[in-house]
Amino acid sequence: MASVQRLVLDILKPHQPNVLEFAHAIAALGKGYRVEIQVVEVDEQTETLQVAIQGDALDFERISAAISENGASLHSIDEVSVVGE
Amino acid sequence: MALNQIKTLLKVSHSEEIMRRYFVVNGFDGALTMLGLIMGFYVSDRVDLAVVITTCLAAALALGMSGISSAYISEAAERRRTLEQLEKAMVTSLDESHHARAAIWIPWLVALVNGVAPLLFAIIIIAPLWLARSGMVAVPGPLPAAMAVALLIIFLLGVFLGRVGGTFWLWSGLQSLAVALVTVGLIYLVG
Repeated sequence: MASVQRLVLDILKPHQPNVLEFAHAIAALGKGYRVEIQVVEVDEQTETLQVAIQGDALDFERISAAISENGASLHSIDEVSVVGE
Repeated sequence: MALNQIKTLLKVSHSEEIMRRYFVVNGFDGALTMLGLIMGFYVSDRVDLAVVITTCLAAALALGMSGISSAYISEAAERRRTLEQLEKAMVTSLDESHHARAAIWIPWLVALVNGVAPLLFAIIIIAPLWLARSGMVAVPGPLPAAMAVALLIIFLLGVFLGRVGGTFWLWSGLQSLAVALVTVGLIYLVG
């Protein structure tokens, strides 16, 4: 078994919820999740983000669901760090 | 629906402001309508309290129904349009998102506020009439008492608006009261 320890995602999201609330929503998914977001681009209705998530064992399914629930769209997984156990 | 979920939906749809606006605008409508009706009965003289109560209640219900239906129809259309525009910008369906849920539930919430506000204030205003008719509380001059309650509610709505808008609360309250007093004066002249 391997556990995902770091993900860097390219995400497109509407202006609401704002970046802070979006980061909270992802960080709340698991104990020790560390979320760093960089706003890459902003237009009239949307923002493009680079979201870096770190933790001991990231649950990608739950992260993906939280992204959709907040009206955002996962464009690509740009970086991933996985550790074998 | 849990309170936290409602707060989330209000936030993603920027709806707090519109609900506050509908509450005040329609609350003002309801209060002024009741004031007008009661003043009309007062200048007519010798009117049965039961007739006054039934008429006011009927008007309050009509205002409430009108508020609910008109707000729901317009809000639902606007929210659907906004959601479609956002889906176009996102190039993806937002069916599973808070935004889609807001497009379904927020029109109902807004409609409820829009309909309940005039009904609620109307019921408070005609309370002295009910109390006088029931004989539970001796209300000297039930019609003037109800009018005084209406004027107080209108003043307080003005104060609320003043606080929201950041203007001096007393000035805002007095402005609303002035509108109500002009209405009372016009009805007196007509009567």
